[in-house]
Amino acid sequence: MPRGRSPGCAGTDAPACAGPNAPGRGHPAAARVGARGAPCLRYIGACTPVIIRATVRPAVKLKPTPRTVTMHLSPAELDALRLSLEVAARSVLFSLPLAVVVAWLLTRGRFAGRWLLDALVHLPLVLPPVAIGYVLLLLFGNHGPIGGWLHHHFGIQLAFTTAGAALATAVMAFPLMVRAIRLSLENVDPGLEAAARTLGAKPLDRFVTITLPLMLPGLIAGAVTAFAAGLGEFGAVITFAANVPGVTRTIPLALYTAIQSPGGDDQALRLAILSFALGLIGLLLAEILARRARSLVGR
Amino acid sequence: MLKVRVVKRRDGFMLDANFEAPTPGVVALFGRSGCGKTTTINIISGLLAADEARIELDGEALEDTPPERRRIGYVFQDGRLFPHMSVLRNLRYGMTRAANAVQRDHASPTGHQRIELEAIVSLLGLERLLQRRPNQLSGGERQRVSLGRALLSQPRLLLLDEPLAALDAARRDEVLPYLERLRDHLSIPMVYVSHQFDEVLRLATHVVLMDAGRVLAQGALNEVSLVPALRDIVGADSVGAVLDGMVTAVDAAGSMADLRVGTGVLSVGVRGVGVGERVRVQLLARDIILAVEAPRGLSVRNELRGVVVALVDDAEDAVLVTVDVGGASVLSRVTRTAVAALGLTPGTGVWVLVKAVSTRGHAFRVGRTATGG
Repeated sequence: MPRGRSPGCAGTDAPACAGPNAPGRGHPAAARVGARGAPCLRYIGACTPVIIRATVRPAVKLKPTPRTVTMHLSPAELDALRLSLEVAARSVLFSLPLAVVVAWLLTRGRFAGRWLLDALVHLPLVLPPVAIGYVLLLLFGNHGPIGGWLHHHFGIQLAFTTAGAALATAVMAFPLMVRAIRLSLENVDPGLEAAARTLGAKPLDRFVTITLPLMLPGLIAGAVTAFAAGLGEFGAVITFAANVPGVTRTIPLALYTAIQSPGGDDQALRLAILSFALGLIGLLLAEILARRARSLVGR
Repeated sequence: MLKVRVVKRRDGFMLDANFEAPTPGVVALFGRSGCGKTTTINIISGLLAADEARIELDGEALEDTPPERRRIGYVFQDGRLFPHMSVLRNLRYGMTRAANAVQRDHASPTGHQRIELEAIVSLLGLERLLQRRPNQLSGGERQRVSLGRALLSQPRLLLLDEPLAALDAARRDEVLPYLERLRDHLSIPMVYVSHQFDEVLRLATHVVLMDAGRVLAQGALNEVSLVPALRDIVGADSVGAVLDGMVTAVDAAGSMADLRVGTGVLSVGVRGVGVGERVRVQLLARDIILAVEAPRGLSVRNELRGVVVALVDDAEDAVLVTVDVGGASVLSRVTRTAVAALGLTPGTGVWVLVKAVSTRGHAFRVGRTATGG
C-alpha cells in the first residue's frame, strides 16, 4: 500500500473520524473496533467516502498567482503543534531506555536469536507504516492480546489516544534510535570497561559510569533523530490512533486534513512551513548537543 | 610469594607458564612480542579466562575471585584513562571503590598501609595535571596518571603491561624514574611485562624468561642473564652478565663508583649514587677481555681474578665464556682462535678486564637496601 494513500479520515467534516465531544474514547470507529473481531476493515470502511472524494478532487491545487500567508497559527494548528511535540517527546522518553537495552544486546550480546531481534527492530524501516499501525491495532487494540490485558488490569487504552500515537511513533522511530545508539556503543572501547573492572567496578557500575557517558553523543543523536522523525510520523499514527482533533491530530495529520478540505490551502502552507522550521531547529539542536557531548567525553 | 600456573590453548598457540617469585619485588615477564606475556597477566588479573589457572599470592588463592574483587591493579600499555573524566576523577575511581569495599566487608586491614591520594600525586608528580582531561596529557603523563589510578585502588598486586612501549625514548626516560621510585617506596609486588631488556635491568628483582608460551628460565636477574637462550631474544650484542653490588666509594666528580662484587671491586660509570646504595650493572660480553697472565701497563680500570666455569658456542667464530669471579659470574665473548691460543678450559684461572667507561649507561641504582637478588 503506497504511503501517501493511507486510510486517513481526511476532511474535518468526515463524521466518522471527528469526535469532538468525546475525543478518543467516544470515537465511533473506535467503538466499532472494540465491538468486533476484525476491527480495521470496519474502520477503513467508515472512511471510504472520504478517500473517494479525495481521489476525485486533486489534493494539491497549483495556483499560478503568488499569495501571502500569515504565520498566525489558529488554535487548531497550535493544538497540532502541541500534540506533535507531546507525541514525539513521549515516544522518545518511552523508547530510549528500551533502545539502549536492544542496542546493547545487538552489540555485546551473545545469544541464539540475535539475528531475529536485529530483523524485528529494523522491520519498521522496510514495512509500510500503515501495516505497522495495523499490527499495533491488532496487538494493542482494546481486544488485542496486549491492549486487552492493559485495559482490563490497568484501564489503559492505547488505540485512538495520544499515548497510542506516541506508541506508534516510538515503534516507527525505534530502528533509527537503535542504529545511532548501537553505532556509539560500538565506538566505546571495551578496554575502558576492563580497566574499570580492575579498579573494582561491578557490571552495573561500569555501565553507568563508563559505558553510558561514553555513549552520550550517540544517545543524543538517536534521541533527537527519533524526536524529529516522530514529529512527522503519519501512516502508523493515523492507522493506530486515528485522526482525532486535539488528541491524535499531529502536524502531519492536520496538514493532510487541511489539504483534503476545501479552502484549507493557507492552513496547509502554514503547517508545512511549521514542519520545515521544526525540522531545521531539530537538526541544529542535534548538532549543537552532539558537539557538547563529544567534548564532554573528551573526543 | 607469588605463585602462578596458567594454561591456555588458543588457535594454534599454547600458553603453559609456571613461575614463582618473592614478594614484595618486581617480577619481569620478559620475552619477545607474542610469547604469551600479556596473556599471562590478563589471566592473573582475571580479565581473560584460562583453561587452567592457579594464582596464589602470599598464600591466598585468587583464581576464583572475580576481577573486580581481586584487588589486582593493572597498568595497560595504552593507559586506558577514562576520557570523560578529569585526571582527579580518574585517580579517585578505584580509590572510592576500594574504600567502599572495605566498609562493606568490614574486612580491612590487609597488612598494607593505605595509599593516600596526596602521597601518589607527589610521588608521581601529578600536582599540575589534576584538573586536566586525558586528551590534554602527553603520553608520559598519561602513563603516570594510569599508574597512580591503579595504585590508589589499593591493590595487593600491580600488573604492568609494557607501560612504556607506546612512548618515544624521551618519554620513556621521563617515566622510568617514577617506576623506580614506586619500586623503592611502596611494598606492592609488581609483575612487569616487557620486551626491552634495559627496562628489566633497571626495574626487576626477579625475571621470568618466556618464549613461545613457555617459561625458559626464571630467577634473580644475575642468574637469568647467564642463560644462553637469552641471546636469541635480546640479540648477541646485548648479552652480558648482570651483577649487583654495594657502592663502597664514589669518585670526586660523582660519575664513577666502586662496587663490591663477589670478592672483588668493580669501578663502574654511574651518576647520582651514594656509598651504601645498591647498584646493578650489566657487563656486556662483547666488552669483556680475558687474560691468562697478570696484565701490566693497561688503561683498563677493572681487573678481577676468576676461574673459567663454562664455554658455550655462541656463533660460528665465537665462544661465550662464563667466568666465576668469587661468588659472581661474568660472561665474555671471545673468538675460537683466542680460546685455542690461551688454552681456555673449565678450571683455567683468568683475569677479567672491564673498561670502566664501557659500563656507562648500563649501571643503575636499584635501591637503598638489599631487595631480591
